[in-house]
Amino acid sequence: MSMTPIPPTGTTPLARREARLAWGLLAPTLISVALVVVLPLLAIFWISVKPIGLADLRPPAPIVREAVRGEGEDLRVEYRVRNSSQDQVVTDVVFTDVIPDSVTVTGDLPEGCALSGDALRCEVGSLEGGYNERIIIGLRAADADAAEDAAEAGEPEVSGTGDNVLTNDTFTLENFARIFDGSEFWGVLGVTLFYTVFGTVGALGVGLFAAMLLNKSFRGQGILRGLYLFPYVAPVIAVAFSWLILFDPFSGSANALLVQMGVTDETINFFGDRPLALIMVTVFEIWRYFPLSFLFILARMQSIDTDMYEAADMDGASPFQKFWYLSLPMLLGILSVLFLLRFIWTFNKFDDIFLLTGGNAGTRTLTVNVYEQAFAISNIGAGAAVAVVIFGCLLLFSVLFFRFISREEGL
Amino acid sequence: MNAIRKGYVTGALIGAVWMVVLAVTVAVAMSFATGAPFRPGMLWSLLWGALAGVAVVGLGRALPVLAGVALAVLAVTLAGIGPILAGPDAGVVARLVGAAILAAALVWSLRGILEEIRPGALTRHEFEEAVIRFLTGTGYIFFTAIVAIPFYVMVMTSLKNQSELIQNPLDFSIDLSQGWDLFRSYAELFGQFNFGTYLLNSFIISVLTVAITLAFSVPGAYAVARLRFRGRAGISRSILLIYMVPMIVLALPIYIAFSMTGLRNSILGIVMIYPVTTIPVALYMLQGYFRGLPGEVEEAGLMDGLSRLQVIWKITLPLSLPALASVSLYVFMIAWNEFLLAFMLLDDPSKFTLTRGIASLNSSEVPRQHLMAGAVIATVPIMALFLGLERFMTKGLTAGSVKG
Repeated sequence: MSMTPIPPTGTTPLARREARLAWGLLAPTLISVALVVVLPLLAIFWISVKPIGLADLRPPAPIVREAVRGEGEDLRVEYRVRNSSQDQVVTDVVFTDVIPDSVTVTGDLPEGCALSGDALRCEVGSLEGGYNERIIIGLRAADADAAEDAAEAGEPEVSGTGDNVLTNDTFTLENFARIFDGSEFWGVLGVTLFYTVFGTVGALGVGLFAAMLLNKSFRGQGILRGLYLFPYVAPVIAVAFSWLILFDPFSGSANALLVQMGVTDETINFFGDRPLALIMVTVFEIWRYFPLSFLFILARMQSIDTDMYEAADMDGASPFQKFWYLSLPMLLGILSVLFLLRFIWTFNKFDDIFLLTGGNAGTRTLTVNVYEQAFAISNIGAGAAVAVVIFGCLLLFSVLFFRFISREEGL
Repeated sequence: MNAIRKGYVTGALIGAVWMVVLAVTVAVAMSFATGAPFRPGMLWSLLWGALAGVAVVGLGRALPVLAGVALAVLAVTLAGIGPILAGPDAGVVARLVGAAILAAALVWSLRGILEEIRPGALTRHEFEEAVIRFLTGTGYIFFTAIVAIPFYVMVMTSLKNQSELIQNPLDFSIDLSQGWDLFRSYAELFGQFNFGTYLLNSFIISVLTVAITLAFSVPGAYAVARLRFRGRAGISRSILLIYMVPMIVLALPIYIAFSMTGLRNSILGIVMIYPVTTIPVALYMLQGYFRGLPGEVEEAGLMDGLSRLQVIWKITLPLSLPALASVSLYVFMIAWNEFLLAFMLLDDPSKFTLTRGIASLNSSEVPRQHLMAGAVIATVPIMALFLGLERFMTKGLTAGSVKG
């Protein structure tokens, strides 16, 4: 039998060690992302099939109030046990309290209550939603005021079991039925598409124009480049409020200017009228994100070999021909990647519209609708259902995106 | 196309349209500077612009010709039939200044734009170059205006008082004679509205976010860029995918979870969430950069007996300082500007970040100059940081995140 070296099959110990190290290095990221991204995403799917409102976030619980009333023979302590929820039952309600030494309990204890030493324990049973129960215990004390202070010094403790909608097994499809109901959903989808398509194309076009302007070296080019990044770098809340003040219908400079130039007779409510408000938020989106496309396009432009243009000059190509036949094909890759990325990001955009119009005047996009359903209408379930719809659209986009970007980038 | 590629026709067309651009610009600038009504006269602009273009093409670009054109523009403007028309309350000096600026700007720029344009047929090259120069000029005016005006409105509004703001919305001038009194809105924000605390909160949260993000994403990016393991491509893709999940979708469950665990209204809660939103993008940018580093240096380090972690610490990190700087800057910007989570999760004024603080100023009881002063306070630090480190930012953003 001869010993021929056999090439290792499967994974070698070295490769295994490398893989272990890689997973070790990635672990913190993966765990945190799982906790903050994957878990909430699963939660969204769960919540979207639950009949849950903003008020249900806090499960129903019993609340007890203690008050000492009357004097002399009539001195008594009153416990008022109340259900925090208006419509859900709390069961097994029990409260305990300490009767101070300076007072003694007189008369019979109410049903369910027992006194051992100075510890009072009352079993109230179950409380219907919005219902409350009053328990009165007679007292005797030398000094009524001192007794009141002493009795009220110790807070009674209460416990009970409430049913939590978030974790029980009630499911409903009503949330989806509600958001797909009627023409509203299609209106919202239409607004979202308008905003996304025009916002993306506009930002790309304006960014391309700006990149061509700055794709030559002259003094002050760096300053201009920095200045043109301002809309992107400034906090959205700062620039959104600046726009609101600039375009204010009563005291905005833009309106004053237009009136004075004779463009319009009455002031225009830029962010309050349909369909102008939608156009304005789209323009804002273009204004805010053209710097990003401009940066990427400029970087690509500056990496194009100049030899090609010199050759084209020799052949007598005109400037427009050079742009159309040389620059544009070279930029097509970055333009399409930017288009897909911006398309998805614009689709996901929430802050801008929320700050500018709050989703009013026909500017409610899907993302604003999540907030609107969950917090304005206080229906968390419906908000989650809209979020699920958004996530579905996103999945569709990313399939397209990865098909494309793998070809473009070799990722 | 051939019909307009004649010297006079091109000169007249470009002159006319350029005059409209200039007239609008000067009229808007004069209105804002003086508060008096100036407006562009469109038809007059087209007429005088065309004539000026023809004159420059036909008579050449010699100094006397340019001076003559300038004087003519000045004269027609002052006569009230020019490219910009002043309203009755505009003062004589303002009219004169406006007309002079327009005339000077016109001849100076027209001289450049129509540089190669002569009477007679033009080559395609000469014609297109002239159109491109015209578009370039228009572009510079357009971009500078759209960027500078909102920023200026922000600063100017913060320095005025309520009655000044209502009285004449067109008046963009700042009354410098008030001295330090100009900054009273800022003094009130820091004195009565706790903006000092907000500024500090924002700063602490942003710095912590940067630190945590780097601590998590550097090892992860190194693993994705350099180490071979099953599932590398999948990880690399999922990172991008996670970056695309909209914040509002995550904000809802996070709000619920934080409400239940009592993490709402705490800086700790915010610091737990912010880095996770930035880790994917930081990881993606860094792995792009690590891939571009030469592998030989690291292999030499491994040969000399360093462990992988030592290689990362002693070789890779020092080599990638520029990328680390740009990623830090970018993450700092995201954390500093973040609005949605701060808005949803913070209710207690002592825990507010700057963006949340500004949102709390947006009520009818707080005057607008306070709102804008808050906006300036939030914008200036990030802008200054950014302009100072702009080189890093541009490189890092473009080189790391989307190559090619």
